[in-house]
Amino acid sequence: MRRWVVVAAFLIVAGCLLLGGARMRPFGAPRYDLMDRYFNAFSQYEAATNNVVTAIVFDYRGYDTLGEATVLFTAVVGVALILRRLKR
Amino acid sequence: MIGNVPFVVCMVLVLLGLWALLFRRNLVKVVIGIKIIENGVNLYLVATGYVHKGVVPIYTYAPQDAAMVLPTPQALTLTSIVIGLATTALMLAFAVVIHRHKKTLDGRKVTELSG
Amino acid sequence: MSVVVKTIARILLPVILVFGGYVILHGHLTPGGGFQGGAVAASAVALLLVAFGASSVKKLKTPFSILEDLGGVAFVLLGFLGIGTTFFFNLLAGSGGLFGAAAPIGPNPGVLNTGGTVPLMNWAVGFKVLGGLGAVMVLFGLFGGDDDR
Repeated sequence: MRRWVVVAAFLIVAGCLLLGGARMRPFGAPRYDLMDRYFNAFSQYEAATNNVVTAIVFDYRGYDTLGEATVLFTAVVGVALILRRLKR
Repeated sequence: MIGNVPFVVCMVLVLLGLWALLFRRNLVKVVIGIKIIENGVNLYLVATGYVHKGVVPIYTYAPQDAAMVLPTPQALTLTSIVIGLATTALMLAFAVVIHRHKKTLDGRKVTELSG
Repeated sequence: MSVVVKTIARILLPVILVFGGYVILHGHLTPGGGFQGGAVAASAVALLLVAFGASSVKKLKTPFSILEDLGGVAFVLLGFLGIGTTFFFNLLAGSGGLFGAAAPIGPNPGVLNTGGTVPLMNWAVGFKVLGGLGAVMVLFGLFGGDDDR
């Protein structure tokens, strides 16, 4: 009984995902790209780098990189707590 | 509709990972299913930023007068990959400790609280 | 592991570390940066663990932890460098200092001296990722043989 409920839920989610993927906007024509065109045009004037992606990660959106560094640190602390060797 | 094949492929990846997460009993296979879901989501994020006949958004040795791909989804995918790495490391550490204490990796036999 | 694997691992280990450092250093010119270069350099630790067994990484737990802490603190301090305008302001770009030359506009072969605080942040994040991934791999390798059952 429980197995048929799980199979039905999986089929419903599969139908929603596949239908949503097929009915999206055409591949290769993004609609709202004003911010990205600003980044492409002005990244060499303001951030003085050739690599626009690195300028976004470390200069325009550096606060998200700070959160990501915190997540990495927390994961290493968690693994070190789980895999410690108990002294007998 | 035939031009949306990259989006549909990413959804197929997510569905394969979801099937491995729901219908498999071994704990390592469940972790692999979660990783496949994360790979599908990251691929979908990068695929939303493609401009027709666009090049990499880097000005070093770039061809003259070429349209560049949107760079913001790529920057957010970097963060998402590192967070997926953190989650996988913690899940695998749990799987190792469960195998050490209960001598089994079956997900349906480790459902009792002890002590 | 056999003699062939150990010899090739001894030859390849400095090559992998230098390639990781190259990817980190040129992060503001070519595809790459802090996270990618740190992951490439951490694969050298995985090679060491697979080729030589768990006993060769026993003394590396504390150096990796110190490396990760230094990288994290340096990243936050570099964020505070331009606090006069805002947090994470690129103070050194175009000012003539350490990495302060102005970048040429348009497609160009790439000048190493540009970027401001972006190359310094690349190094901080690269050390953080190398220390974190190396510590995780050393912990997984040392857990297998503590007590004999």
